[in-house]
Amino acid sequence: MLISLFGAFESGAIYALMALGVYLSFRILHFPDLTVDGSFVTGAGVAGVAIVGGMSPILATLLGAFAGFIAGCITGVLHTKGKINALLAGILMMIALYSINLRLMGQPTVSMLNESTLFTQIQSWWVASGFDAFFNNIVLSLGAERFSGTWLVFSVMIILTLMVKVFLDYFLKTEVGLALRATGDNQKMIRSLSANTDGLIIIGIGISNGLVALSGALIGQYGGFANVNMGIGMIVIGLASVIIGEALFGKRTIIIATLAVIGGAIVYRIVVTMALRVDFLDSGDMKLITAVLVIAALVAPRMIQARKEKKRRLQKKAELLQRKEGEVHSA
Amino acid sequence: MLNLKDVSITFNEETPDEKRALQSVDLELKKGEFVTVIGSNGAGKSTLMNVVSGSLIPDVGEVMIDDKHVVHLPEYKRASFIGRVFQDPMAGTAPSMTIEENLAMAYSRDKKRKLIPGVTKKRREMYREYLESLNLGLEDRLNARVGLLSGGERQALSLLMATFTEPHILMLDEHTAALDPSRAELITEITADVVKKFELTTLMVTHNMQQALDLGDRLIMMDKGQIIFDVSGEEKQELTIKNLLDEFHRIRGKQIESDRAVLG
Repeated sequence: MLISLFGAFESGAIYALMALGVYLSFRILHFPDLTVDGSFVTGAGVAGVAIVGGMSPILATLLGAFAGFIAGCITGVLHTKGKINALLAGILMMIALYSINLRLMGQPTVSMLNESTLFTQIQSWWVASGFDAFFNNIVLSLGAERFSGTWLVFSVMIILTLMVKVFLDYFLKTEVGLALRATGDNQKMIRSLSANTDGLIIIGIGISNGLVALSGALIGQYGGFANVNMGIGMIVIGLASVIIGEALFGKRTIIIATLAVIGGAIVYRIVVTMALRVDFLDSGDMKLITAVLVIAALVAPRMIQARKEKKRRLQKKAELLQRKEGEVHSA
Repeated sequence: MLNLKDVSITFNEETPDEKRALQSVDLELKKGEFVTVIGSNGAGKSTLMNVVSGSLIPDVGEVMIDDKHVVHLPEYKRASFIGRVFQDPMAGTAPSMTIEENLAMAYSRDKKRKLIPGVTKKRREMYREYLESLNLGLEDRLNARVGLLSGGERQALSLLMATFTEPHILMLDEHTAALDPSRAELITEITADVVKKFELTTLMVTHNMQQALDLGDRLIMMDKGQIIFDVSGEEKQELTIKNLLDEFHRIRGKQIESDRAVLG
């Protein structure tokens, strides 16, 4: 149980990068970008082929992210210059990427099991550092069962994800970032303030898919393979993370919202892991679980809000009634 | 400052819906001149504004700003020296962003946007000072989302954002039409103040004749894509709504007579 939960934390931290990408397109630019399903695989595939080809894992990972960035930029160009509806531009890019990914990889699956990946490279340094023993002792002292796994992936990924988050927070407060946010908020207005909205959309969707591909490249190395079908449904998982995160942790400011998205990605993984341990559910039910989760995260906050409002009104009514009664008595 | 030469534009050419929105319009605005534009619906006022702002490209004719040809300069590039306020109070600001962020975006209008923070301590003080000039108390709500403001407050903010970088040309497109009378009056006052303060070359479209007479130092009337009446200086000061309507009927009446002559 603890081991599989820990796995959920690890993969959640990696998928959080993808969720941050989806947040950027979906929430900041209000661009429902379905390129994600394809660019996730592009990241994993390009990094995988490069690693198998002998490239250093760090460079291979960055190359994968860059490939995703280019794919996103193309979607942006299709939408802004080709005047294609945002949803359709994303779908077109997604199916085009399926074939492109297959070409890039040369085969449906690229295995990295015997290769040196980002994680295996850091491992040697990590083992020497003795962090594992340190963290495991903490867990032990908290009274948990004996845990002998490595904290490597989780620590590295949390640090990396938080770095990306801080970078994103800063970027969205810069002059360019403000213009990017306004492009999603009120395009007419920011164009009248001399911002090149087409260019901002292209770059924004590019960065979004760059993050998605970075996440894909890391998931590939984490699992030891890249598969041409590994991106199916990725956009829904990304949206689920964004929506669950916002429902649980709020979205008042950018800093809170990006943190919430990371939290949402981890919570999503945990819920899925728990759900799969229920006897009558199997891995084929995962998509249904995801759909139900997203619906719950969308509907529940509204219902809670409505109940609060109702309670407040009833209270006001009671107060009014009491006051009237008081007047009657005093009269 | 602004120069339109022989500008024509026709929509739906050679169809039953053909509309000659502008017919050989010539217009010159001197630096610091405040021109109000009136005319009935379909007279070509909005088309004129769109040709200047760059959202429409004329079929023929020249548009020059500061002696620079701008006809083929895209809208967003022209916007670096044109300030605009729209009729819709929601159109000029970004609702989910804060007041100071909106001002920051307006501040970088005539500069290249960089990867440096849009709101800094020093700039926040500057934004606060500008907001104080509106007397609406917005300077104490720098971190409030603009979506929470009322229509009048948002339009005042839009006006400030369009003007405080001192654009070469200010364009106001019926910017008080969607407000209640008292708010409209407030925005009109602020408009007169800022135009005077920054000595802005201004083009203002309005449906309100009284406003067109009260504001500005020159008035033009448009009809059927042409400028049919153009007064400035003392002559404009003495103009009344009745004069204006009489003038309209005099000019258009003649037209009808001459049409009759042609048709007859």
